Amino acid sequence: MAEAHDRPPESFTLRLRRYDPESGEAPYWDEHTVELEPHRSVLEAILQARDRFDGSIGIRCSCRQAICGSCGVRVNGEPALACHTHLDAARTSAGTEGVIEIEPMGNMPVIKDLIVDMDAVHWKKVQRVTPWLLAKEPVPEREYLVSKESMVDVTQTMACIQCGACVSDCLAMEVDPGFIGPAALAKAYRFVGDPRDDEQRERLTDLAQDPHGIFDCTHCFKCVEACPKDVNPMGQIMRLRRIATSDQHIKDHNNGKRHEAAFTTLIKDNGLLWEAELLPRSYGGNSWFGKFAPSAGKELLSSLPAILKALVRGKVTPAGALKPHKIPREDLKAVQGIYEKVEGREQRYELNLYVTASDEEVSGNGASAAATGAPPSPAGEEPSAVAPPPVDPGPPSAAGPEGESAQVGAGEDAEPPTGAHADENSQEGDDS
Amino acid sequence: MPAHDVLIIGAGLAGQRAALAAAQSGATVAIMSKVHPVRSHSVAAAGGINAAISVDDDWRSHAYDTVKGSDYLGDQDAIEVMCSEAPAEVMHLEHMGVTFHRNEAGEMDLRAFGGASLKRTAYVADITGQALLHVLYEQLMKHHESVERFEEWFTTSLLLDEEGRCAGVIARDVRTGRMEAFTAKNVILACGGAGQVYKPTTNGLIVTGDGIAMAYRAGAPLMDMEMVQYHPTCLVETGILITEGARGEGAHLLNSGGERFMEKSAPNKMELASRDVVSRAEQIEINEGRGVGPGGAGIFLDVTVVPRKRTLEALREIVNLGRDFAGVDITREPIMIRPGQHYIMGGVKTDVDGRTPIEGLYAAGEVACVSVHGGNRLGANSLLDTLIFGRRSGEHAAARAASMGMPKIDTLPALRSDAERIDAIISRPHEGRRVSEIKTELGEMMNQHAAVFRDEAGLQSALETIGRLREEADRAWIDDRGTVFNQDVLGALELGFLIDCAEATVVAAIERKESRGAQYRTDYPERDDAEWLKHIEVALGPDGPAVSYSAVTITQWEPEERKY
Repeated sequence: MAEAHDRPPESFTLRLRRYDPESGEAPYWDEHTVELEPHRSVLEAILQARDRFDGSIGIRCSCRQAICGSCGVRVNGEPALACHTHLDAARTSAGTEGVIEIEPMGNMPVIKDLIVDMDAVHWKKVQRVTPWLLAKEPVPEREYLVSKESMVDVTQTMACIQCGACVSDCLAMEVDPGFIGPAALAKAYRFVGDPRDDEQRERLTDLAQDPHGIFDCTHCFKCVEACPKDVNPMGQIMRLRRIATSDQHIKDHNNGKRHEAAFTTLIKDNGLLWEAELLPRSYGGNSWFGKFAPSAGKELLSSLPAILKALVRGKVTPAGALKPHKIPREDLKAVQGIYEKVEGREQRYELNLYVTASDEEVSGNGASAAATGAPPSPAGEEPSAVAPPPVDPGPPSAAGPEGESAQVGAGEDAEPPTGAHADENSQEGDDS
Repeated sequence: MPAHDVLIIGAGLAGQRAALAAAQSGATVAIMSKVHPVRSHSVAAAGGINAAISVDDDWRSHAYDTVKGSDYLGDQDAIEVMCSEAPAEVMHLEHMGVTFHRNEAGEMDLRAFGGASLKRTAYVADITGQALLHVLYEQLMKHHESVERFEEWFTTSLLLDEEGRCAGVIARDVRTGRMEAFTAKNVILACGGAGQVYKPTTNGLIVTGDGIAMAYRAGAPLMDMEMVQYHPTCLVETGILITEGARGEGAHLLNSGGERFMEKSAPNKMELASRDVVSRAEQIEINEGRGVGPGGAGIFLDVTVVPRKRTLEALREIVNLGRDFAGVDITREPIMIRPGQHYIMGGVKTDVDGRTPIEGLYAAGEVACVSVHGGNRLGANSLLDTLIFGRRSGEHAAARAASMGMPKIDTLPALRSDAERIDAIISRPHEGRRVSEIKTELGEMMNQHAAVFRDEAGLQSALETIGRLREEADRAWIDDRGTVFNQDVLGALELGFLIDCAEATVVAAIERKESRGAQYRTDYPERDDAEWLKHIEVALGPDGPAVSYSAVTITQWEPEERKY
């Protein structure tokens, strides 16, 4: 803490992507050098450039604390909130010259400079998912009685600030602009996961049947990385899928459910994916006979050019494609062990960042503080001050967060937790 | 030309709640905001919303705590309205979809908050404002056919008809620069406070007193403007807010000696005394050399005494704020904070239905002064204020609209005048000072002279500086000559609003020669009920701000000494 406050201002060079729609000119780069402490934010740097050098720099911003969601931009090519990105970190991730490049977000039309048209893309997609509670009747006189866990669970998606960072770099949306996308689908989970909502099945059916819906996501994790609020949009999309397929057994005509079943079955049987079998099963059903279904045949036929090209270029061989890949027996057993463990659970484990740390660790910490009544040390400040020894938060025990994350890491889809909170996962209660 | 029964300026909690209420009452409604509604500063409210919903609680207890918190300057009839209607309002929001934290029985959980005699604060982790705001916006999306939205439209002035009634507004489409006149039977101002008068402040950059200044210029009186709340826990460097929820969950305040110094000024409530009391106690520690950090300018907030799991679940946002904005893991070590400007209790004077003295003009939320907060607002009462009086304004305005025709007014002169005013700013020569320079000087000066401790000399010098800054602002220049998203020219308009708000604040602070609530005069350190148990109003006269008084409404609670 002490260092953060002691660091003197340094020079930072910003390269801003500018665009003036009234000039008739193409976008261009504009450089400014500012003086700020390295732990200050990229937004503060942009505002300093605006205040001192050029008041016409356009950027939406307000709160400066990552809660209003206005200042989504790309910093060195990656989506982020300008106010939530430290200058020293931005300089490290910049190119060799250390010049921090700031551009408008992607996947949305640019209005001016760093300002994009969120209505045209983001908000239209949010509107698509019926983004309001369809409350169960009758409405109680007081509050709905629902579990504590269920409300904490949907609070993770409630924490979305609609900044658009995930939309900016969604690869699926780049290919299919119609994709409902990470932010809007995370919003959808906020209702599907809300026990007060009466139309869970209707919502899921709608999102599963939409060709641009939950099965359009390609698991690229871009949105998970981009999200400044740990909403984990992709994780929410996967939860929508799991509830739609495993719990509600919704058979969608996008073959999402069949594809998922084929995928998991092939891995369970072979330890590795068997690509040649995946496609026909996704269409014709999850068994060896799937390929004889008319729809599978049709899809195979239409894929022939791609298959032939791959053969010609030596990317696949007929023998390699027609037989499953082999892995050592003990590895296959280990993979199947994961299936057994996960499928053997009474309840599904889901990632939720608001439910964290174990009770053991917590009571230890609280008790030690209460017992000694010792105030914490001023953390290196003012050596002359007479301060009692710091409260020891206690060593991370086996039951601590690290131990727990291993358990969760083996969860159903083996979802990696989001970066900053790798150690803070836990289980979550029933969805209903 | 757009014409509506009810036109709402500002789309935070008060504005959105007013819009929904007015639409439900059958009025044609438009809501206008200079930013997208979910960017409104209500989003930053963290800790929660007060309502006597527990079986052990009674709204009268909530009302008493509020009266006492206000240092008896709050109007008790208005406080009774707010507190008695709170439980139903909170339940209504729950039914709408707010994901309030639950207890083990599945009921809404309640947390402790400053100045409250028991746990009374419903919450959604520490993103309560965000949760409320986003859920209301869900409702606006749902009711998009009955509430017309003008998002990213900047209101430049209020339209008055020949009888002095409010009949609409002039506004600029930020995206295109187009000016437009909006006629309305009623206008509800719901565009927030004026935190940017101060630097630093916890308030967002958009919180520039637009509504307060526009109403003031239209002739509406401002009330309690001297009452400016300094929040006890803001990050030392950036002024970012650490929610009172942290202390509600049990966090301690410590000076450089590791002492819980609140023992001295509030032996019973300790860290959970009302905000004015805690901020003053902190400032005394800092001023007397018992602060921590560089220059001894801070105080330690120790959250490590709260169980870690509880912190991570219920105070997640400040865990992130500590990590991202101060490099501190608050679950493991104390964090350095200090008092910082946070809220203004004053605003446009209204009655309990949001009516200002100008017919057809309403105000609700931080822009307004009902006055339910008096000299000092209790934590978690502001969200409540926005919702209760937002709804009441919406309902009342809709009812009024039903009995009248659309105002007939020639909007062209006002439209032309505002357009010319903006063009004149854009074409000013590059002489004198930049808008941003003036704004910074204003903020830092106010934070020096009109802060936790005040005196005559400081306030007089502030008034003088404001006069000079006003002249400089009239000539200040900008860079952007475009029409699309010309934020530069809007900044110049906002600076004008800020200067009006600053002046009213300082004039009222000079006038009140006593110490009450957030106003602490070192030259008049005692509360003086005989002389000053009254509101100070500031209205714009021909020679600038003119001061008058109005009585404080007392119903059940006679003023007594305030102890925590």
